[in-house]
Amino acid sequence: MTDMASLMEDRAATTDAANLRKPVDWDSADISRSIKKRYAAERRFKTYGLTAIMLALAALVMLGYSIISKGYSAFVQTYVQIEVTFDPAVIDPEGNRDPAVIGRANYDGLIKEALRARFPEVTSRSEKRKLYDIVSSGASYDLRERVLDTPSLIGQTRKVWLISGDDFDMLNKGYISADTNEASRRLDDDQIGWFQALQNGDAIEKRFHTRFFTNGDSREPELAGIWGAAVGSFYTLIVTLLLSFPIGVAAAIYLEEFAPKNRLTQIIEVNINNLAAVPSIVFGLLGLELYLNVMHLPRSAPVVGGLTLALMTLPTIIIAARAAIKAVPPSIRQAALGLGASPVQTVSHHVLPLAMPGILTGTIIGMAQALGETAPLLMIGMVAFIVDIPGSAMDAATVLPVQIYLWADSPERAFVEKTSAAIMVLLAFLILMNGLAVLLRKKFERKW
Amino acid sequence: MAVVTTDAMTNAPQTRGNSKMAARDLNLFYGDAQALYNVDLDVVEREVTALIGPSGCGKSTFLRCLNRMNDTIDGVSINGKVTLDDRDIYDKVIDVVQLRARIGMVFQKPNPFPKSIFDNVAYGPRIHGLVNSRDELDEIVMTSLEKAGLLKEVKDRLASPATGLSGGQQQRLCIARAVAVSPEVILMDEPCSALDPIATAKVEELIDELRSNYTIVIVTHSMQQAARVSQRTAFFHLGKLVEVGETDQIFTNPRDERTKGYITGRFG
Repeated sequence: MTDMASLMEDRAATTDAANLRKPVDWDSADISRSIKKRYAAERRFKTYGLTAIMLALAALVMLGYSIISKGYSAFVQTYVQIEVTFDPAVIDPEGNRDPAVIGRANYDGLIKEALRARFPEVTSRSEKRKLYDIVSSGASYDLRERVLDTPSLIGQTRKVWLISGDDFDMLNKGYISADTNEASRRLDDDQIGWFQALQNGDAIEKRFHTRFFTNGDSREPELAGIWGAAVGSFYTLIVTLLLSFPIGVAAAIYLEEFAPKNRLTQIIEVNINNLAAVPSIVFGLLGLELYLNVMHLPRSAPVVGGLTLALMTLPTIIIAARAAIKAVPPSIRQAALGLGASPVQTVSHHVLPLAMPGILTGTIIGMAQALGETAPLLMIGMVAFIVDIPGSAMDAATVLPVQIYLWADSPERAFVEKTSAAIMVLLAFLILMNGLAVLLRKKFERKW
Repeated sequence: MAVVTTDAMTNAPQTRGNSKMAARDLNLFYGDAQALYNVDLDVVEREVTALIGPSGCGKSTFLRCLNRMNDTIDGVSINGKVTLDDRDIYDKVIDVVQLRARIGMVFQKPNPFPKSIFDNVAYGPRIHGLVNSRDELDEIVMTSLEKAGLLKEVKDRLASPATGLSGGQQQRLCIARAVAVSPEVILMDEPCSALDPIATAKVEELIDELRSNYTIVIVTHSMQQAARVSQRTAFFHLGKLVEVGETDQIFTNPRDERTKGYITGRFG
């Protein structure tokens, strides 16, 4: 009671003091100066913000420009048209059209034969070898497929489009200039001369490069594709999602709804936040030790990559899920508890469904992070050169960012554009995932 | 109603009617801070008991002791006894989920689930398995909405979201939701503080009607409301139960000086 009385007195005293002050002259010079200062500060602040955004945008545009300008040419590929004689003596010497025999035939020889026929002036061994570079070593597989599909070709002579070698592809795309010193370029004057002869005969063409999207990696740039890495990324992410989503959500629910708030949970919380900031290479080392050395899981396999990335994604998902669960108003929990719902019913019927959009958004962002992660995968051997498309999560595979790293590390000029093209594909996936996150958030946004 | 009141008045001091719930020597601590001191209070069956007092006096805390909602807050410890039909509700054998089904609660802010109107009311019966068929459930939902005086307003849009209702309608929906579980006691924590006067009048009317079937305990900041809806009033101050008695007596002839001070508006 006495407290209240003294409080009242205090208040009365301050009111008196306020009354004693002179009335404010709102039109005085001091006041108008302070208003001007305030306006200036607001303008400054706005400028800072705009400048920051402009800088960010400029950086983004530069990044986009450099990637696209370098990478767009990877989506087309140079093809060479030559007249190939499907010699029955080479393809099907017995004449019974046995696919096994046809499949084993020396198509490489046919192509070389055709090239020699096109340029009869080439006679010496070393010159011939230079000539053969015009057509990719992968072209013989195309030819084989073609003959297996239509055996009636045998015995005929046809003009066929064959995929060109990477150096000639570079020449055609203008990355190798005929004006530079012969010694310092990959193609010598003879090769450029043959290529121009073909060009003059309309036997050179650029086509959309479907192989880039359907092939695995290859030593030959013109045969290398990202499908193997994309499938590897897919398996890895599936494993990551299957592990980190349920564990992360369960951990978040427990910490947020059931765990007593004591020192232990505080320590756990600090550690989770800490884990989110641990460099990913450390998770890679942990994965190497735990999964490969202790559990003896297969090296380079998406399952190990997924397990490792799950460790890395868990803190992200837990933090996002906790925030989403915390954002569900306590009044909803009270309503359910007040009706006699058990704590588990309260969570599963009300809290979780309401938090789900936020949890999913966080999960997708975590997955996008995992999709772009390279360092931990280097540690567990996913940096290998793998030609085959992985058939399951247990097969050796690589992932998109590691593929980018591998190509960026390759000396051939043609891998420069492949690198940029792969970055574009990775970015497209990332934009897709983040867009999905925004869409989910918009769609399920609730008002209380 | 007048007959009941006079009847209760003459009987109350001796027999106190049928006590539905009772608190005996109840102390509550938030960590080290004591919030309730030795509270002894009886809640009489089929009456409205109003809990009044200045902010922070412990009336809401006490209300939440009656259905063990304080269990959900960390660091709360309780000693003393609270009984429902002479059984200690803090006994280990008592299932708190079942207890809260028997003692419903309506909160200060209307808090419908962000689901349809129907699903809001049907939620309690569903989780407690009170119904065997869809028809039965429909029946319960309809009667509950009817009891809450909401049926006429919402019967054409039972499937639309409850969050689209006005504040007063939402609060009556929350009452319907509580009633749907057929509780014996309904606790109301300032149910009208977020409502406008018209909605408040409707809810007060509703409380008066519900009294014939349910035992109601209501926390309120409005003394007029306490006077209008309750038969018994308990005045809390600084965690202590200062005075409890017939509402008429409390408002016309309070025994304690502090009660008198509060109801005449000298502090609070």
